[in-house]
Amino acid sequence: MIAAVTRLGGMTLRALTALGHAAYFFVELLRFVPGSLRRFGLIVTQVYAIGYLSLTVIIASGIAVGCVLALQMYYALVPYGATESVGLVVNLSLVRELGPVVTALLFAGRAGTALTAEIGLMKAGEQLSAMELMAVDPRSRVLAPRLIAGMFSMPLLALLYSAVGILGAWFIAVELIGIDGGVFWSNMQSRVDLVRDVGNGILKSFVFGVICTATALYQGYETSPTPEGVAYATTRTVVFSSLSVLAMDFILTAWMFSKP
Amino acid sequence: MAKKSTETLVGLFVLQGILALAFLALKAANLATFSSVKTYQVRARFDNIGGLKVRAPVRSAGVSVGSVKSITLDKNTYQGLVVMEIREGINFPVDSSAKILTAGLLGDQYVGIEPGADDKNLAPGDLIKQTQSAVVLENLIGQLIFNKAADAGGSAGGGAPAPAPAGNPLAPAPAAAPAASTGTHQ
Repeated sequence: MIAAVTRLGGMTLRALTALGHAAYFFVELLRFVPGSLRRFGLIVTQVYAIGYLSLTVIIASGIAVGCVLALQMYYALVPYGATESVGLVVNLSLVRELGPVVTALLFAGRAGTALTAEIGLMKAGEQLSAMELMAVDPRSRVLAPRLIAGMFSMPLLALLYSAVGILGAWFIAVELIGIDGGVFWSNMQSRVDLVRDVGNGILKSFVFGVICTATALYQGYETSPTPEGVAYATTRTVVFSSLSVLAMDFILTAWMFSKP
Repeated sequence: MAKKSTETLVGLFVLQGILALAFLALKAANLATFSSVKTYQVRARFDNIGGLKVRAPVRSAGVSVGSVKSITLDKNTYQGLVVMEIREGINFPVDSSAKILTAGLLGDQYVGIEPGADDKNLAPGDLIKQTQSAVVLENLIGQLIFNKAADAGGSAGGGAPAPAPAGNPLAPAPAAAPAASTGTHQ
């Protein structure tokens, strides 16, 4: 009985310690962000690796989700005679929720794992220790440019995701099903607000970009420098980023869209 | 050279992000309607605004001519004060009337303006005096029941113009009375 209580207490303490450690790591890392903004070349390379190379999966997934949403919404709206609202429904769900969230999940899988594995292997190969020996803080040289690149790429990817999703919905609804194109677009234009819907979506994806990148960097930086350690860290990156993105999305949605 | 091509690709990446934002803003959101079209404001008081919302369209003959800017309660008259923005260049006579209408059976509510016949036009900031409130379904049903009951009472009582028949539990006379008065408001 006492042993069970002790184990519970130990688990809680370890979880809280890890959380505090991660938060401290993140705040420390933020201090290096302004300095590394001056090393622009490093950031450009990272935007290429994190953002540009993620384009394929983002575009493919965006088109697929847009098409499927349009098709499903069409079948759901036919009994109510509201099929011309297909575009509006797809637009709002993509711009407000699916764009930021699904992009963040894909981003964690595509770019986050790569970051964790790269930094974990750098640590295992003692490259980070070597930098420290040369009085170069790896956090400013390696981690901060990647954090900036992630924060910057994620909103762009989410915007692209929503845009190609809407184009996919347009293709299904207007070209294949035959809903009137003018109504399709004008419904969106009259109901979707640039600041409230699109702007909040961008804000969301920025927050998710910070969460995903910071989680990936932390897991890579704190990994145990063995092959198994890197493997576990990569897994934890995907699990923790996805869970925190989903939880954060709920909080942000409740905060942003609670007012009518 | 490798460095240059990386920068080019990143440039492309940023460019497509900007394009996506432009597409979302112009084609799939309301930036086009924000555009710098000049508007002027007119006001109207309604006894009941129903489900009218800010940014609802203002239409005349079904054509959108502007939008609702704000809805507040007039503290002196206890009426809903609706401020509308109408595109410049579209002028209405001073004796025009405003109604709160519904698009379709279950659609959103909008303000319909029916032009009058006066020579003078509404100036910015003017008040539209003739208004008609939103139709409230409960009042309508109350009125219907009241009329039915009145008809029934009238025929049973031998043709006398029946007041609210006493003892009829269905007749919500006090509820129907305000409903009957939601007509043109001066």
